[in-house]
Amino acid sequence: MSNQAVVSLRNVTKSFGSGGVTAVQSIDLDVRPGKFVSLIGPSGCGKSTLLRIVGDLVEPTSGEVVVNGKSARQARLDRDYGIVFQDAVLYDWRTVAKNIAMPLELMGWDRARRAERVREMIGLVELEGFAEHHPWQLSGGMQQRVSIARALSFDPALLLMDEPFGALDEMTRERLNGELLRIWEASGSTIVFVTHSISEAVFLSSRVVVMSPRPGRIAATVEVDLPQPRNADTREEPRFFELVTEVRDRLREGGLDEDRTAPGEGELVRTEESS
Amino acid sequence: MAYAAPAPARPRLLRSERVREGALRVSLFLVVLAVLWVLWEGFRFVAESTGLRIGQFEANDRTMPHLHDIVGQLFEPSRRNGPLLIDVLWDAALFTAKEAAVGFLLGALVGFGLGVLLAHSGLLQRGFLPYIVASQTIPILAVAPMVVVWVNPRLPDGLKDWGAVAVIAAYLTFFPVTINTMRGLQSVDPRALDLMRSYASSRWSVLWKVRVPAALPFIFAALKIAAPASVVGAIIGELPASIQDGLGGAILNFNQYYITSPTSLWATNLVAALLGISFFLVVLLAEKLVVRRAPEHVA
Repeated sequence: MSNQAVVSLRNVTKSFGSGGVTAVQSIDLDVRPGKFVSLIGPSGCGKSTLLRIVGDLVEPTSGEVVVNGKSARQARLDRDYGIVFQDAVLYDWRTVAKNIAMPLELMGWDRARRAERVREMIGLVELEGFAEHHPWQLSGGMQQRVSIARALSFDPALLLMDEPFGALDEMTRERLNGELLRIWEASGSTIVFVTHSISEAVFLSSRVVVMSPRPGRIAATVEVDLPQPRNADTREEPRFFELVTEVRDRLREGGLDEDRTAPGEGELVRTEESS
Repeated sequence: MAYAAPAPARPRLLRSERVREGALRVSLFLVVLAVLWVLWEGFRFVAESTGLRIGQFEANDRTMPHLHDIVGQLFEPSRRNGPLLIDVLWDAALFTAKEAAVGFLLGALVGFGLGVLLAHSGLLQRGFLPYIVASQTIPILAVAPMVVVWVNPRLPDGLKDWGAVAVIAAYLTFFPVTINTMRGLQSVDPRALDLMRSYASSRWSVLWKVRVPAALPFIFAALKIAAPASVVGAIIGELPASIQDGLGGAILNFNQYYITSPTSLWATNLVAALLGISFFLVVLLAEKLVVRRAPEHVA
């Protein structure tokens, strides 16, 4: 059981609308427990759509999706995953503590247990002293940490992250990358992470899945053999640069196909970004 | 590790700063009041001393009583050997306030319920919204007598007459609340709804934990319109219901004596306006207590 894939996609295809714009096509992917897997690719390659299919927020047109050994829908109903979007999407009428407690309230945890867990999570994302603040009183990076704490509060087996640091400045992003690795190690959860930053993908992941656009397909998979734990020095190592170069080359190979299909398919991009 | 400093979106004010801000507001209010007073009295003075006439209009004690006479009238007996006018109007205002408050609460509840219902069903929205809009295009003066005729016979003794007036006040209240509740419930960030879906939460939880809190600024915007409107509805409703005890009765009464004592009617209108304003202020206070949103979401 422990070695069974947390996420398993077989021949998954998603088309939007009757026009049949294909967002992702024939995706096969396995994510083993405790792994950190990144999906990387240019805008319009369907990586966000793929993440939303795993979360049962979008239904695939065809193919099989197994999450935690059950259908994606059942996994969602069993609250097997937490999700973090590009924006923190905090409920701004709730304090930091009550934002983190929201899923716990919905799951019927009693007040004492909620308070206990919220305190733990605030410690995990290092926001001590901000429990009673409202979201608008926090910086963007702090808001995103609240969002991560909320996603992990109920201890899901799987964490889905859709470009969570994409809206942050470079310095904040690198700091939160380091924190995310620490949180990942502490929580032992499995993470599927969507990004369009090559260095971020290499720095964080056990495996980088490179996608190509129109229709979205898996172009290559790059195993990242950088040792754990990783820190700021990891970014200076020669092996880090080799892997960054490899991912960039794979992206470029996938991108050549894009030129042949020509521009003007903005519809697909819009579908993904509005999602 | 170091923390980013919290964004200074809503800086906490020191006590001395709050006192100063409060003082500023009060003085601004007084300055505007003084300006209005100067404009009123100034216009009258100029018009009287130059003999200016605008059509049939001529400024004098009957058309534009002095403001100090209007206020002074409040402290004169309302009739020979009777109680002071202000005492009479105070009682009338309390009576009308009761009708308006009950009507406001009734209208707010019905308005909210309708808004929730319509927000959840496009079919109901398309079917019923035109009639709800149409209901507001009928003048309240035309609706009020019918409400009295229909509602009054069905009311228990304690509610008779004034209960029908409350229904008329509710009729003016519910509409903005329905429209804004609907709009507010649909204003939620779609990703916030995705998030709720990822928690496998029920429609009921989504409504009370996300949609309604997100709609509150919209709902309060409507309540601020509806609160003074409910006072207007109550005053107008008193006329066909033949109620003598409220401000509507007082206005009707003093209207008949306008030639001999114009200031009595002006004073009554002043009290009616103050009642409407105090309704507004109560809603404003409730909003301050209830709505916890980023500053850009609060009107």
